[in-house]
Amino acid sequence: MGRKILFVTTDQQRYDALGCNGGTVARTPVLDGLAAAGVRYTRAHPQNVVCMPSRSTMVTGQHVATHGVWMNGVPLPGDAPSIAEDLRRAGYRTALVGKAHFEPFLDPFLRFAENRLAANDAHAEWVDAPDGGRAPHRGFEHMETATHGAVGPFHYAQWLRAHHPDDVARFFQVLDRDLEVSALPGGDTGAPQVKRNEIARERYHTDWVADRTIAWLDSLASDDDWFCWMSFPDPHHPWDPPASELGRVDWRELDLPAGYPEDRAERERILDGKPRHWRGWYDGTFVSNYEAPARWVPATLTADQVREVNAMAHIENELVDEAIGRVLARIAARGWADDLDVVYTTDHGEMQGDFGLLFKGPYHVDALMRLPLLWRPAPRAGVAPAVVDAPVGLVALAATFADIAGLPRPAYVESPRLPTSADDARALGHERVLTEWDSVLFGKVVGLRTIHRDGWTCTTALPGTVHDGTEGELYDTVEDPLQRVNRWDDPSLRAHRDALLDDLRAHLPAPAGPRRPCDAPV
Amino acid sequence: MRRHVRIARDADAVWAVVGALERQHEWFPTESTRMEGSTRWVTLRSGLTFEEEIVTHDHALRRYQYRIVGNPGISHHLSTVDVLDDGDGGCTVVYSIDMVPDVLAMVIGGAAGEGLETLRRRLEHAEGAR
Repeated sequence: MGRKILFVTTDQQRYDALGCNGGTVARTPVLDGLAAAGVRYTRAHPQNVVCMPSRSTMVTGQHVATHGVWMNGVPLPGDAPSIAEDLRRAGYRTALVGKAHFEPFLDPFLRFAENRLAANDAHAEWVDAPDGGRAPHRGFEHMETATHGAVGPFHYAQWLRAHHPDDVARFFQVLDRDLEVSALPGGDTGAPQVKRNEIARERYHTDWVADRTIAWLDSLASDDDWFCWMSFPDPHHPWDPPASELGRVDWRELDLPAGYPEDRAERERILDGKPRHWRGWYDGTFVSNYEAPARWVPATLTADQVREVNAMAHIENELVDEAIGRVLARIAARGWADDLDVVYTTDHGEMQGDFGLLFKGPYHVDALMRLPLLWRPAPRAGVAPAVVDAPVGLVALAATFADIAGLPRPAYVESPRLPTSADDARALGHERVLTEWDSVLFGKVVGLRTIHRDGWTCTTALPGTVHDGTEGELYDTVEDPLQRVNRWDDPSLRAHRDALLDDLRAHLPAPAGPRRPCDAPV
Repeated sequence: MRRHVRIARDADAVWAVVGALERQHEWFPTESTRMEGSTRWVTLRSGLTFEEEIVTHDHALRRYQYRIVGNPGISHHLSTVDVLDDGDGGCTVVYSIDMVPDVLAMVIGGAAGEGLETLRRRLEHAEGAR
């Protein structure tokens, strides 16, 4: 028997969400325990800070320029490489339970396989494979899909509509009448995308994802090898956890996060030191992407709203931690504990009040780029616990899964596996991590290219409708962990900045082909 | 929103398919099409049905235009499909969408892009293709 792989992802979760990463609000004992027994990464970045491109990197092991999902709404082609398919061909049973999002959500035509499954009462769509055989779409023989609430053509929404129809309207309605991301105020403070949700906890999507993961695991034979991607939609907005859980974190008692400058003048001074799209988004004059409410102006965000959003997100973080604990308990009961690898991460971060902002966008700072990443190798592998500070990317996940399964590194992946120690990181060449942003929406064209290495984060803003190609950001993340001082124009750092940019250009893959069209806003 | 495809078939042969408005589901990613006079009902795979008013159907120009009507979520819509003779034995099919809410135009544009590619493959692989 081989090692079993439980790959756990959340959506839009910050590095400091976890206790093991220094988080002080959410209690995350299960994840903290995995971190203590395994490898905890302190500098893991996504290759893009929105869902579809980042998730496409996870499954392909490729940078955005290669897999071509350059923006939400650009589908990952059905014949793109998938580490899940490699594992399946090696004899692994494969499943994805929860949020997939390799293909656009807004799909009334049901053009995309992951959106057709629930409508067809199916859990896989088998297609012709290049070798003449048949293979399940994306390599998952079992998919049970969900997203943020009871919306979309997904199994969770279908189940809720069929069995608990009264619950459907309890969630925050993410889109408004014009299909824009809703800016409707809610909660106690009038914060955007916050709502008191009277759904019972056991019917909320976090517990549903755990329940369905357990059901799939229970369907396996004891001697099966398996790869299960358990993909929680939380703590992505809307922030509407079950009302029964609100007592876990009282927003009124919450300290403001360190990244939120409470003084307005200071906040705006910091923003003015960054490329102009930062202040534009804050003032409500610049919206480049669909992931944040276009009709909401961040400058109106109050300190209490920051507290309430943080409280909601941390309640959701706790529920995720407890759900993982339930799944791990079942895995142990099946006798698989000694053979189990657990890899935990998220697709991108969340502003959550940093710089007076919420949500995400073309902002390459730690709030969105520094991610929780844990790998608890199977105990029988004998890997010593470690904390790895070297920069790593989600692009390393596919090679890591192959390595766990004893497979050679697939030719299509663009990164070595994750390291298990500082020495291993050096040996594997984990020196830098790269992140791309491109958006063409609402008449705004924005492109960013970012490198992080040696404690510095350097971003160049490409020429577009907002930037002329001369702007950028340079942060010393050791001396300036909140990235408040942009040193892009510091003459004393000019040579260092240019060396970082040269390194970025030398290592970022060239686009693999013409830019594919965007088929939906998300 | 605009999508187009170049097809290596003469414009008349392509218009024979594109201009047969009741046959749209043969190339566009929809489930079925029904015509009654100048009204067309297009049913999607999700079960959603659009009622459409055909406002232009010009064989000489090889153009048709339609509006989605009776849908409270759509305050404005006009789609235009043109088959343009390239003069070299091939043609270009252009599918344009003006719509409010504009985000829905992206979704219909995406479907149009897939439909045009299906149309190209089907016609170029058909008997008589160049």
